[in-house]
Amino acid sequence: MDDAKNSCLGLIFDVQRYSIHDGPGIRTTVFFKGCPLRCWWCHNPEGIDSGKELMYFEYKCMHCGTCTHVCPMGAIEFDGIPIIRRSMCIACGSCSAACPSDALKLIGREYTVGELMKEIERDVLYFDNSGGGVTFSGGEPLYQHEFLLEVLKECKKIDIHRTLDTSGFAPQEVLASVADYVDLFLYDLKLIDEKEHIKYTGVSNAQIKENLHFLVNYGRAKDIILRFPVIPGINDTPDNVDDMVEFISTLKGLREIDLLPYHDVSEKYNRLDRDYKMTVHKSPSRERLMEIKRKFEDIDLYVKL
Amino acid sequence: MSEVRVEREMAKRRAAIRPISKRIAKLREESVSAPVKISSERARLVTEFYKSGQADGKSEPVRRALAFKYLMERVSLPVEDGQLIVGLRGTGPQEVPTYPEICTHDLEDLEVLDTRENMPYRVDEDTKKIYEEEIIPFWKGKTTREIIFSNLPKEWIEAYEAGIWTEFMEQRAPGHSAGGEKIFTSGVLDVKEDIKRQMNALNPADPAYYDKMEELKAMDIAADAILIYAKRYAEKLQELAKLERDAKRKAELEKMAQICDHVPAHAPKTFWEALQHYWFVHVGIVYETNPWDSFNPGRLDQHLYPFYEREVADGTLTREQAKELLEAFWLKINNQPAVPKVRVTAEESFTYNDFTKINIGGLKEDGSDGVNEVSYLLLEVLDEMRTLQPNTAVQVSVKNPERFVTKALKVVGPGFGEPPFFNFDGVIVKMLRQGKSLEDARTAGVSGCVETGAFGKESYILTGYFNLPKILEITLNDGVDPRTGKKLGLSTGDPQKFKTFDELWDAFMKQVKYFMDIKMKGNDIIESIFAKHFPVPFMSLWLCDCVEKAKDYNCGGTRYNTQYLQVVGLGTISYSLTSIKYHIFDKRAVQMDELLDALKSDFAGKNEILRQTILNKTPKYGEDDDYADKIAKDLVDQVVSMIESYPPSPIRRASKRAYFLPTTAHVYFGKVTGATPDGRKAGFPVSEGISPVQGSDRKGIAAVFRSVSKCDWDKTGGALLNQRLSPDLLEGEENVRKLAQLIRTFFMMGGHHVQFNVVSTELLKEAQRRPKDFQDLMVRVAGYSDYFVNLPKGLQEEIIARTEYEQV
Repeated sequence: MDDAKNSCLGLIFDVQRYSIHDGPGIRTTVFFKGCPLRCWWCHNPEGIDSGKELMYFEYKCMHCGTCTHVCPMGAIEFDGIPIIRRSMCIACGSCSAACPSDALKLIGREYTVGELMKEIERDVLYFDNSGGGVTFSGGEPLYQHEFLLEVLKECKKIDIHRTLDTSGFAPQEVLASVADYVDLFLYDLKLIDEKEHIKYTGVSNAQIKENLHFLVNYGRAKDIILRFPVIPGINDTPDNVDDMVEFISTLKGLREIDLLPYHDVSEKYNRLDRDYKMTVHKSPSRERLMEIKRKFEDIDLYVKL
Repeated sequence: MSEVRVEREMAKRRAAIRPISKRIAKLREESVSAPVKISSERARLVTEFYKSGQADGKSEPVRRALAFKYLMERVSLPVEDGQLIVGLRGTGPQEVPTYPEICTHDLEDLEVLDTRENMPYRVDEDTKKIYEEEIIPFWKGKTTREIIFSNLPKEWIEAYEAGIWTEFMEQRAPGHSAGGEKIFTSGVLDVKEDIKRQMNALNPADPAYYDKMEELKAMDIAADAILIYAKRYAEKLQELAKLERDAKRKAELEKMAQICDHVPAHAPKTFWEALQHYWFVHVGIVYETNPWDSFNPGRLDQHLYPFYEREVADGTLTREQAKELLEAFWLKINNQPAVPKVRVTAEESFTYNDFTKINIGGLKEDGSDGVNEVSYLLLEVLDEMRTLQPNTAVQVSVKNPERFVTKALKVVGPGFGEPPFFNFDGVIVKMLRQGKSLEDARTAGVSGCVETGAFGKESYILTGYFNLPKILEITLNDGVDPRTGKKLGLSTGDPQKFKTFDELWDAFMKQVKYFMDIKMKGNDIIESIFAKHFPVPFMSLWLCDCVEKAKDYNCGGTRYNTQYLQVVGLGTISYSLTSIKYHIFDKRAVQMDELLDALKSDFAGKNEILRQTILNKTPKYGEDDDYADKIAKDLVDQVVSMIESYPPSPIRRASKRAYFLPTTAHVYFGKVTGATPDGRKAGFPVSEGISPVQGSDRKGIAAVFRSVSKCDWDKTGGALLNQRLSPDLLEGEENVRKLAQLIRTFFMMGGHHVQFNVVSTELLKEAQRRPKDFQDLMVRVAGYSDYFVNLPKGLQEEIIARTEYEQV
């Protein structure tokens, strides 16, 4: 690895191996930290913030108070359990490094391209034997597009299949810059109505829709798997589903659409001292999922549940 | 919510049981519900024979053959109602004979067996009485067990009592071999011809003339004995046929009588005969001796396919008939629980499982793909029957089709731990490295749990489990066992004075060598005791080249002879050594005396902080971290080299080799081993097989496979790896395919074996709460499966502690 590559750093919050639901074959999924969206149901809340942050696992805590003593900012108060004053925390990692039981975990680690490639290359044999590869997920990988592009190029150089799991929310030139290095897109589509989209994700969906058209027009429809997170009461409504069907039917030649049923992850939000806005805690019913599946099948789309 | 999931998981398991016919369903029900009982018949007959004076003045092989004949002339001839195959060790399903000439259970043993909560063996009053009055007094001082213990040196006994090893041969006899082609292609009369030829060819000028002649005479008597047993069955079946009013069953009984007239005297001609023929041989072998760990039909799909192919083509056998016969055969095996062990030996292998293993797949002798229709039939039978026994082994070669692997994985899905997967190409490499011919390597397989051997041609005797974590404990105490205060090992120095990790490593290796010397000497002593006192002429008939060499199985008659030491605790020991290297010598964040104090206190009080630091801040074997994995690799390399450095045994000329497997010895070894530097508390089981420490493998299965593959398993005879998967990882075709690809990649990288417990933690915990409702919950323990609620509590906890991989 030359210095230029090493100087480009990416903030990654997890590298999961034998990941079998993020594209073909056996994959390694790299989770990029930072996302411009604020989806209510986000199941990776630790990936939203673009900086490092602390996560606290109460069940692991042995209440030794080590964290209070090592924090250089005095940001951890100890009252039987550590209370993190997040406004003062600089995410230096002193506490998590000292915490004997890993109850405090610093989320996010900087990788050079070379370091990340080393992680990915560990499983090349698995990729080769299963038609798998690497998936970039997050957070939103396009949020760190310069780093992403470097890694994509390295992977392409050694012929590792590359999947990008994206919200599609990025300037078009950013998407265009990486598109040629991506073999497969897992493209999230949540809500068609713009106002609703803003309400539940914090951003407009105009760019997302436009980018999807862009990819299709660019001849990549066959490389796109749409992902529809089915959130009861929010986007599984007949209106939204009909809108989805209508919008998608204008996109010809898509590979498939995957329905991803919502799961309650409130526990994760507690660990980050974040509010979980979801009031629905149940997953969508099997029946509702099957109804939605049929709607998409009616427009000749391959649907996976 | 969770209750619903548990119920659903259990219902799925129960629904998977679906025998092919009503008759098999009934036989299965009888087999799984019958209480396990001790039958005194064998012990009584053997004692009667030796008391009668018929044995006097005879050579040892002839005496043993006559005793076997005495049994075959007199043992009961149970016929399970509706069964298609006859012959049973014991007086009925789930009735277990005993072997007082090997190890006589005393009255206290019988009482414990009868009344213990987990895995009891019912003993009736008559049995206790006959034991007290006849069997115990007669065998006192004469059993091989007593001869063994009175001949072993003091240091052997002390190390054994400290739990540094267990001794496989103390309550049973050698017999770790699998049936090869000979059993399926030769009749007893053919073997008798060979014996005659050998007798004629013996030269009186040969100094071993007398020994050889006596052995051949004994073999001939043993051959006659099994013919008598089969003839008695043929007559009994004719009688039953006469009394039978159901015309269909009557015809069946007559047919079975005809079969018993033909086999085992002659080589089998049909699929049905082949199964009956093998079964007579199997019953004979396990009546003659107690080879627990254990005799089996080997590569059953290879042996049966010629019969199947011919008969299906002729129209004399349908696929369904073949399957029903196989399911009937399955129940014969399930009806024969293991002979009960007592004391330490009971703890090293706490199970009813007699370890009859059936190999499926792999290659043919000519090196081509061995998967055939019978392979698929066997997988279906395994899937539909879901009984404790037999065990299976799915042999996967790069030449085998993917659909074979995925079909086997679908059996794993609803989760009872079967089948385990083996790297057949690796089996061949192991055999070739040991000097076996290419043909013998390709017809090899695994038996017991994961033990590689040349089927039909090798006696590969397991000698005992070897407790590496305990030896580290002794090293850290300068040769003293802290549990008893006894000095057992060498003085290798006060660990606080070690300046480098290498000094500690060297001290540890010196201790390992010291104890291994003692164990290996003991192995050779025990081998010569069995050679002298315990010939097995009947078993010798079936293993090449005992007849040709006129030499008993226990005297080195087989083509290949091996002694194995089973190394236990690789995960615990490599994690412990990594922990010391990392925290004390590299990071210098912990002092040796701090660690020693913490170990002494079992990590009590403030030492819990150190324990948590070790658990959470140490690079670990199993997480694909070269720093930790190198220690595991070096351990395997050095321990294997050490074992192989011993000269061949004096009698059998057996080479010394290593297995890495625990059965349940890791639980016993944990009990006798104090806290270890990997953060394990005193008394908790040590790691099992070559699996990473329970719950420590947090990077997932792909990382575990990579870590494990860094060690050179081709130098061993086999290594056991357990992985626990959450049930959803095996749901759907795509997931199954991906897991198949993962396993094949693992084998490409050099893995030997992997088996899966597909069971949720929730279900296991619920079963602990309500054992009565989960009597039928089977899980993978070591190289076998067992009923979860029957397991001792410590083992239950250990299985729960194994990391469960979920979908990511």
